[in-house]
Amino acid sequence: MKKSDKGMTLIVKTITRLTVGLILLYGIYIVLHGHISPGGGFAGGVIIALSFIHLMLAFGKEFALKKLSQAAASLLENLGALMFLGIALAGLTGGYFFLNFFINKGKPFTLFSAGIIPLCNIAICLKVGAGLFAIFAALILFDSSQENK
Amino acid sequence: MELKLILLFMVFGAVIAVKIEDLLSSVIAVGAVGLGLSMAFLVLKAPDLAITQLVVEILCLIILIRATINKDLPLIKDGRWFFNTVATLLFIASFLMFAYFALLELPDFGKPIMRVAGSYIANGLAKTGAANIVASIILDFRGYDTLGEATVLFTAVIGVLAIIRKVGRIKK
Repeated sequence: MKKSDKGMTLIVKTITRLTVGLILLYGIYIVLHGHISPGGGFAGGVIIALSFIHLMLAFGKEFALKKLSQAAASLLENLGALMFLGIALAGLTGGYFFLNFFINKGKPFTLFSAGIIPLCNIAICLKVGAGLFAIFAALILFDSSQENK
Repeated sequence: MELKLILLFMVFGAVIAVKIEDLLSSVIAVGAVGLGLSMAFLVLKAPDLAITQLVVEILCLIILIRATINKDLPLIKDGRWFFNTVATLLFIASFLMFAYFALLELPDFGKPIMRVAGSYIANGLAKTGAANIVASIILDFRGYDTLGEATVLFTAVIGVLAIIRKVGRIKK
């Protein structure tokens, strides 16, 4: 097994331990405030995926895959896609596809407002984040399986 | 003015990315082009696009560096420079001629035709309750387009996972 598979040096590991939680938290903030401030599900999902990729680059692939395995990432991605489609189909109860079906949309500029838009943001975040992490993990695993032959 | 400087920087970065011989340097030049594009979006007052462009660019750079750092691909540099130069000049000339006629028809830069978007901007906050107008358009008025985009990404992920999977592969 190569040395780089077990992660980088102690400096990188220490900095990663300090920053990776903040990056994950920032991604969640971007997703949840997507309807108030710039950002949204796509950008926030990529930031969340980047925090897991950060873990994988610094600590090696076994450590990161223990936190979020590839099967779990695929499951979350499918869940996000189905959730987005389900929200779209739920609009059919009120008449048409993608209807913003909440009667009371809440006060603007607060966290709980805008009807289905925060829910759509969360669905897209799950889809994008888990999907990109699954692609990255698959590429890393494929690369190392080629080297072992 | 800033926009033109950034565009010039991006053109230089793209030329360097094509012309340089080292693969890792080429990837880094592509990253510089992406960061320049992110700054251009910020100058044009589109912070949503700037954030998305920045994070996607970083992710692509990580994947590209991880993919190219140990590979030593051979570079083809032999003959046929005359044919290549003539073909390039022909394509540039035809593109410029087409662009001259096509760009005359476009509205001025920064003055869009507000036939549909005008009603979105006027009624977006009242109809959806979302303070961010971009979110109210891509997830409410134009939710169908976002569904198509999500399907594209879903298909891409499924394709990558199916091509480079480990289970079910015939052992040599």
